[in-house]
Amino acid sequence: MAEVLVYVDHVDGAVRKPTLELLTLARRIGEPVAVALGSGAENTAAALAEHGAVKVLTHDAAEYADYLVVPKVDALQAAYDAVSPAAVLVPSSAEGKEIAARLAVRIGSGIITDATDLEAGDEGPVATQSAFAASFTTKSRVSKGTPVITVKPNSAAVEAAPAAGAVEALAVTFSDKATGTKVTARTPRESTGRPELTEAAIVVSGGRGVNGAENFSIIENLADSLGAAVGASRAAVDAGWYPHTNQVGQTGKSVSPQLYIASGISGAIQHRAGMQTSKTIVAINKDAEAPIFDLVDYGVVGDLFDVVPQLTEEIKTRKG
Amino acid sequence: MSLRIVVTVKYVPDATGDRHFADDLTVDRDDVDGLLSELDEYAVEQALQIAENADDAEITVLTVGPEDAKDALRKALSMGADKAIHVEDDDLHGTDAVGTSLVLAKAIEKAGFDLVVSGMASTDGTAGIVPALLAERLGVPQVTLLSEVSVEDGVVKGRRDGDTASEQLEASLPAVVSVTDQSGEARYPSFKGIMAAKKKPVQSWDLSDLDLEAEEVGLEGAWTTVDSAAERPARTAGTIVKDEGEGGKQLAEFLAGQKFI
Ligand SMILES: Cc1cc2nc3c(=O)[nH]c(=O)nc-3n(C[C@H](O)[C@H](O)[C@H](O)COP(=O)(O)OP(=O)(O)OC[C@H]3O[C@@H](n4cnc5c(N)ncnc54)[C@H](O)[C@@H]3O)c2cc1C
Ligand SMILES: Nc1ncnc2c1ncn2[C@@H]1O[C@H](COP(=O)(O)O)[C@@H](O)[C@H]1O
Repeated sequence: MAEVLVYVDHVDGAVRKPTLELLTLARRIGEPVAVALGSGAENTAAALAEHGAVKVLTHDAAEYADYLVVPKVDALQAAYDAVSPAAVLVPSSAEGKEIAARLAVRIGSGIITDATDLEAGDEGPVATQSAFAASFTTKSRVSKGTPVITVKPNSAAVEAAPAAGAVEALAVTFSDKATGTKVTARTPRESTGRPELTEAAIVVSGGRGVNGAENFSIIENLADSLGAAVGASRAAVDAGWYPHTNQVGQTGKSVSPQLYIASGISGAIQHRAGMQTSKTIVAINKDAEAPIFDLVDYGVVGDLFDVVPQLTEEIKTRKG
Repeated sequence: MSLRIVVTVKYVPDATGDRHFADDLTVDRDDVDGLLSELDEYAVEQALQIAENADDAEITVLTVGPEDAKDALRKALSMGADKAIHVEDDDLHGTDAVGTSLVLAKAIEKAGFDLVVSGMASTDGTAGIVPALLAERLGVPQVTLLSEVSVEDGVVKGRRDGDTASEQLEASLPAVVSVTDQSGEARYPSFKGIMAAKKKPVQSWDLSDLDLEAEEVGLEGAWTTVDSAAERPARTAGTIVKDEGEGGKQLAEFLAGQKFI
């Protein structure tokens, strides 16, 4: 069976969920061979084996943390040369897309970004993508070279499928371009203790209607009552009420949770672009004409300062 | 020596219009008004600020696109860029991101550059990969997705806000930079700027000017093939209630019915 390279996104050896989803998709096309780089790379092996990786190629070097993107491209290319895979799959993070794109040019291949599903096809893997703020769904293939495909979080279920997951050291020689962009300082994000926005099953978002940073606690309280992640519209982020990392939409995160609750958000096309594929959508807005209501499964026309606290209380009561 | 800045700008269909695909599954550009991608306005703005802080700089705006794409160049010129290059050729129709980066890289090399400034993503394709592709093809450092950028003494510095960390980056010129919509509001063209733009030079290049063959680009030469495009079924109309004191409880009832509580 053909091998499929899967680029592993991990933090010090802890594999992030989108990579495990990628393994589910990779198994539809061939045998997953994972590539894990940087500090803690070898510690990823157990989780990767558990989810279907037949092999885990690892390499650690200071370059991965000290320089931007290119060292990782060099390593992924080394893995590509060693394995000659049928396809290369990479999680669709900002960095993942850049790594994948540069690899594609180096190996003379086409690239598909932000796939939301993947199946085997007669002429290679067929990727599903969303277009025009998720108002269209397309099916595409890479028609030149080995398919390089980046896949969005929440595109497949994580499935256990134990495999050997044999760890092998990857031999990497860095190119002279590897040290071109130096990372001179790094400030890690502080964890909020809430689920990761792109991975969460429930997302609770607030917009301009929240009317102030201090009021975002209303949104956070609702989120916490449901074990949800917190999102924000760009208007709320631009006003400085909530961090940009939490922005949902075209220039923020794109989310596809089981449940999305929008409060005080009008539903502009750029916001919809990031949440339109959510399974169930709920909105609270005092303007009955707000376009967000075109998307909802359930909407409440009302003041969020009344509705949201009442909802939070009711959830707490029901959950006991 | 003058700092030569090339800003890549894309002409895109208006996102608030009814965007759709043409019969050949390329982006339909006839039925929806086009404009300079809003995300590339940020690139023009940062280039202008970098030029203002340099002793001597020249900004060239570059687009690959159909005839109407001149509008995007005009807008960038009226914001303050010095000159423009329009790569236009019928054979470019249907070019994908990898192909576009090939054409842009050839044009950037021909124009001459110390710094390329791009937007974070195009608002129609939204891939966000062209800047990385340009850095790869041009063989220069990529300093991308910056929310803050500055250039001094031949070195570009910037801040990249990622998922897990915020990073300070640094590279020597020549380099490719891309900037996000967090980098600072773009200026509006002034009346004077709009008048001045009319006199600024716009060069047109075709594939032969860039030593490219038709087979390398366009729909035929694309590295990817779109097999189908379907409109997402409209979401079925949901229940909408007016809050008359019990809105939160009604919503909780709905969520419980859906097993979310
Ligand atoms: C290139 C580009 C990229 C963009 N990217 C993004 C993006 O990634 N994400 C994003 O969100 N936007 C994005 N935008 C901006 C987008 O166009 C909208 O401006 C933005 O989404 C509006 O945010 P909002 O809905 O919070 O604010 P508004 O549109 O002002 O809506 C506020 C809503 O709150 C309601 N409201 C007010 N008070 C209350 C109350 N007390 N109770 C209940 N409801 C109340 C109002 O009725 C209104 O509907 C982008 C724009 C551009 C041009
Ligand atoms: N046809 C084009 N002409 C000029 N610049 C482009 C073109 N396509 C993409 N770009 C540039 O590349 C950036 C990222 O685009 P993309 O990778 O298509 O999302 C854009 O913000 C532009 O700066």
